[in-house]
Amino acid sequence: MQRFLDLVWVVPASPALGAVVLLLFGKRIGEPKAGWIATGTISLSFVWSVITFFALQSQPGEERHHVYNLWKWFAGTGDFSVSFGFLVDPLSVTMMLFVTGIGALIHLYSIGYMHGDPRFSRFFAYLNLFAASMLILVLGSNFLMTFLGWEGVGLCSYLLISFWFEKNSAAVAGKKAFVTNRVGDFGFMLAMFLIFSKFGTLDYVHFGRASELGDISHGTVTAIALLLFVGAMGKSAQVPLHIWLPDAMEGPTPVSALIHAATMVTAGVFLVSRSHAFFDLSNLGEGLQAGTVVAWVGAITALGAATVAIRQNDIKRVLAYSTLSQLGYMFLALGVGAYSAGLFHMVTHAFFKALLFLGSGSVIHGMHHEQDMRRMGGLKKFMPITGFTFIFGWLAIAGVPPFAGFWSKDEILAKAFFSGGVSGKALWAVGMLAALLTAFYMTRQVWLVFYGNERFRVPAHGEDGHATEPDHAHEPHESPTTMVLPLVVLSGLSIVGGFLSLPFTQPNLEFLTHWLEPSLEGAPEIHIDSFSSGFMLSVGAVVVGIIGIVIGRAMYQRGLPDDGVDPMESRLGAFSRVLENAYFLDIGLAKFVSGPATKFATFLAEGVDRKTIDGAVNGIGRSVKEAGDGLRRMQTGLVRNYALAIVAGAVMLLAYMWTRAI
Amino acid sequence: MIATETVTHTAGKATTMFSETVFSTEHGTRSFPVLTAMILVPLAGALLAMVMPKRRPEYARVIGYVAAMATFGMAVFLLLNFKTSQHGYQFFEEHGWIDAVGVSFNFGIDGIALFMVVLTALLFPIGLLASAKLENPRAFTVWMLLLEMSVIGVFVARDLIAFFVFFELVLVPMYFLIAGWGHGNNAYAATKFFLYTMAGSAFLFVAILTLGALYHQETGDWTFAIGKLTEFAAGGNIAPVTGKLLFVGFAIAFAVKVPLFPLHTWLPDAHTEAPTAGSVVLAGVMLKMGTYGFLRLAIPMFPRAAVWAAPVMLTLAVIGIIYGAIVATMQPDLKRLIAYSSVAHLGFVVMGTFALTTQGMQGGIFTMVSHGLTTGVLFLIVGMIYDRRHTRLIADLGGLWKSVPIMSGLFLAATFASIGLPGFSGFVGEFTALVGTFVTRRWWAVAATAGVILAAVYLLWAYQRAFTGEPEGDNATMQDISFRELVTVVPLLALSLFLGFYPKPLFDRSEVAVKDLMTHIETWTCEPDQFDENNDADGRESECYKEPVRVPPKDHESGGESPGEDSHTETDAEDGEHG
Repeated sequence: MQRFLDLVWVVPASPALGAVVLLLFGKRIGEPKAGWIATGTISLSFVWSVITFFALQSQPGEERHHVYNLWKWFAGTGDFSVSFGFLVDPLSVTMMLFVTGIGALIHLYSIGYMHGDPRFSRFFAYLNLFAASMLILVLGSNFLMTFLGWEGVGLCSYLLISFWFEKNSAAVAGKKAFVTNRVGDFGFMLAMFLIFSKFGTLDYVHFGRASELGDISHGTVTAIALLLFVGAMGKSAQVPLHIWLPDAMEGPTPVSALIHAATMVTAGVFLVSRSHAFFDLSNLGEGLQAGTVVAWVGAITALGAATVAIRQNDIKRVLAYSTLSQLGYMFLALGVGAYSAGLFHMVTHAFFKALLFLGSGSVIHGMHHEQDMRRMGGLKKFMPITGFTFIFGWLAIAGVPPFAGFWSKDEILAKAFFSGGVSGKALWAVGMLAALLTAFYMTRQVWLVFYGNERFRVPAHGEDGHATEPDHAHEPHESPTTMVLPLVVLSGLSIVGGFLSLPFTQPNLEFLTHWLEPSLEGAPEIHIDSFSSGFMLSVGAVVVGIIGIVIGRAMYQRGLPDDGVDPMESRLGAFSRVLENAYFLDIGLAKFVSGPATKFATFLAEGVDRKTIDGAVNGIGRSVKEAGDGLRRMQTGLVRNYALAIVAGAVMLLAYMWTRAI
Repeated sequence: MIATETVTHTAGKATTMFSETVFSTEHGTRSFPVLTAMILVPLAGALLAMVMPKRRPEYARVIGYVAAMATFGMAVFLLLNFKTSQHGYQFFEEHGWIDAVGVSFNFGIDGIALFMVVLTALLFPIGLLASAKLENPRAFTVWMLLLEMSVIGVFVARDLIAFFVFFELVLVPMYFLIAGWGHGNNAYAATKFFLYTMAGSAFLFVAILTLGALYHQETGDWTFAIGKLTEFAAGGNIAPVTGKLLFVGFAIAFAVKVPLFPLHTWLPDAHTEAPTAGSVVLAGVMLKMGTYGFLRLAIPMFPRAAVWAAPVMLTLAVIGIIYGAIVATMQPDLKRLIAYSSVAHLGFVVMGTFALTTQGMQGGIFTMVSHGLTTGVLFLIVGMIYDRRHTRLIADLGGLWKSVPIMSGLFLAATFASIGLPGFSGFVGEFTALVGTFVTRRWWAVAATAGVILAAVYLLWAYQRAFTGEPEGDNATMQDISFRELVTVVPLLALSLFLGFYPKPLFDRSEVAVKDLMTHIETWTCEPDQFDENNDADGRESECYKEPVRVPPKDHESGGESPGEDSHTETDAEDGEHG
């Protein structure tokens, strides 16, 4: 079975090859063949991942850790040496399975969604490149390999968000995503420098447990952990580096599903889990603990994004803020040390959020590129399968048992509650509030889109500048099979995904938690006091979810009133605008960039560089010239005379030195 | 009297690293003087092209291609026959010149010079091919070949006077290339370029002559051989103050060439006004004459002064990284923007070099090569755009990704390579340089890492404005890249990608030279000399420069077993040292 583990490189290589072929010959291959090739390569990866899973499972628990190095990547640079290699362990296999599995479904879906696009094959080249990068990210055997994939997905994210680059907003969004992520990368890179300077290596194999780190000072280990977290914040869009994700919705919808919901944004969760030893050690120490920072950033993101989501009208932006909020939950879990709970939620979230995004894409497709929920309503009649599957996603995210989201969210909240102290209870309370809001905004979305009055026949107002004037002559229609099939599969997963890890220890049904144990060695164990207290917390979470659903249904049962004004606007008053604009963070940042930041850069470029530094140079040149003008009888003013003068001066100096020597 | 003894004494110690003579015999049987040929072939090509009839410009062009390709072929020969693990200089050749004062044409390359020579030989044929449509091809070819000869001369010279002659000779063809085929304000730019670098060179010349005179004063002999003078100068025969002054003399000349902030303002003008091939060569190899000068002369000759000056050099380099990036952001001209990006990239080279660590120097050398590749592509494509649209102003462009997808795609690839995306060579160089800096000069490295964010800002913003959106007017009807143009950029990008994933061939070849240089620095900052006040070894001990080395945990590649206790103790011991 070792042989199969050595061949793990096939998993990223397959889509990488697909990307190269499609980049070079995509135009000639054309639609739809390019789509099928891409889907084929990622499907092969999925099959190979399953084989790898079984190969790893056949090993005894403590030996489920296999490194395979392909070649020396950094060598000949003193003691800094890094291999181009892969690490197969339960964590990477889990990541690999869901990246390839969901990735394959999204590839398939895209064949229908991108139908007729002039850059059809390019799209699939990018998707394949993304999948390859993401797989390198999760399979890397050292921090630098992860960083290679990390930046690869960043590149693909740029390419895919600005896929329709003719639209200025898409081009800007792509750039914003990449630059914001670079801010996070700054932290990631510094973390790597610090790790190397302390340990002399970047290989994960040395950082499996907190006890392996030796006696490193609390300050250093906390610094490493927090710098890694800064990197994670960028990719996983945690406040305040979240600003790129809502704008990233400019990309084609399958991209939003693949990158900005299911896979890429989970890279940060993966990174923190992979380097949990640093966080664990930091959490053991006195003073500032990295985990506390992570948990609270997560909690703030979870709550803040949920409040913003309730006031969004774009079907995808609601889901974008919802993604931020759910990622916040995951970091909340990681912060309190409940890594497996965070990873569990990452997996179930990938199921239901991919479903919701693909469902929204199906709606957009069926509505002829309309994204404004105010111009939808009653669509279930026209798109029964999309509507039906979307409802499963809604139930899963709202935390209704037995759907997937209930189990994972419940585990996070319970672990937070019992993680100890006032902080744990406060994190739990924030999580509950966010859960209430989640149930509410998702209910609002379902009713605005699929139920209530049919508003799509009203001519568009065009006041919020949606690029394409929707063609309302056509009725909404259901999407083709290639699009609907992934929806059905994902809704199935959203129903049963929770059974990956059920909170019962007798018999042990925590499959995922148990499976991940070897990768998360030394992580703190959080004990839920008793079954009954855990049960009470679950009941509380369910009740909160149902309250959210009931309120949402009551408000939007009939859709929107005829004047199209959201009933929430009057209820929230002035705060409504704050939420609609996501606390004005984006507007503020844009103002800063176009204001003081631009002014400062212009000052450097004009005031300092051109006028002062270059001005001084030209000033010297001018005075030399003027002096030369005065001495014109002696000088011809030709360039070669300057050279002559220099040579003459040097010779004189030499002569002086010589005489002194004698 | 004492001094003479010291010379002999120290010479014996350092021969293994810097002496010319040690390895010349090893290649004594080799008949073909390849380095001389690499200088003479372009020269012969230039002379031949000069006498071609003006009415048949294609003759000169063909001669240009043949000479440049032949030189490139010899560079490949060097690459293949270079002995990776051999210390000192290879392909060594000696030709007398002015024996009376010990000036000679000695050529030889080590791992540092090797890649500069190869890069030069690679970029010139590409530059010629990219200029196939320029007017007056005969004169253009002549100047290009003379330039190639001079640049190669700089990198292979083993004699200070020969080095200086080539170093200065470079200016002449470059001056005429900018003045003759440049755009806009080219006369101003060419003159500024010439005078600026000449001013720097004045310091260099004085320093070289002083060094020669000091050697003569001590030994009674005249020599300008780099090896001998390195042993002499580093070996404690010069008063520390004089050493520092001479270092400053060298440093100013090289800092202008690099260019290091605040001596950089000639570069944007020269780059912007130069013809495409001129910019490619200027950025690709001529700037590296400065950084090469630091590695070849300034640091090995004056290791103590280099350690002394390192904080200043690092600060200027890091300012260059950040400042270059910010100023680049606001440039309205695409070519000027790339010129400022060179200031930032070369900042990484100088930073890595003056980190005085193996990683730092290796990263710096790697970045020199990588920058030549990626910036070359950027300049080539901007040139193609200029050929078609007769403008380089970002504001005049827009939507090119739609009208010329292949050209724009290649530009985007080069953009990301330049940003330092892993997978391209730029990342390997910058990351290694940063690692090398971080271990000795943490806060400089932190500031420089911020430059990584800024690179994404200025390049992607420019790309967004010039290449995305809906093309209008002339931008919509542009012709996409031609086959000839494709041939100029694809090899460079392919190499950048290859080195991004597999940098080993380069690192391996420069490793020995860099390690020897590090040992040299560590040795000579530590040796007592006759200028020590209290003349005891303990007094020098505190000044000893020592590259920090980490003890990595025990390697266990096969999966399964958890790390043994040994790795714990090693890690602990190491951490104790640094914490």
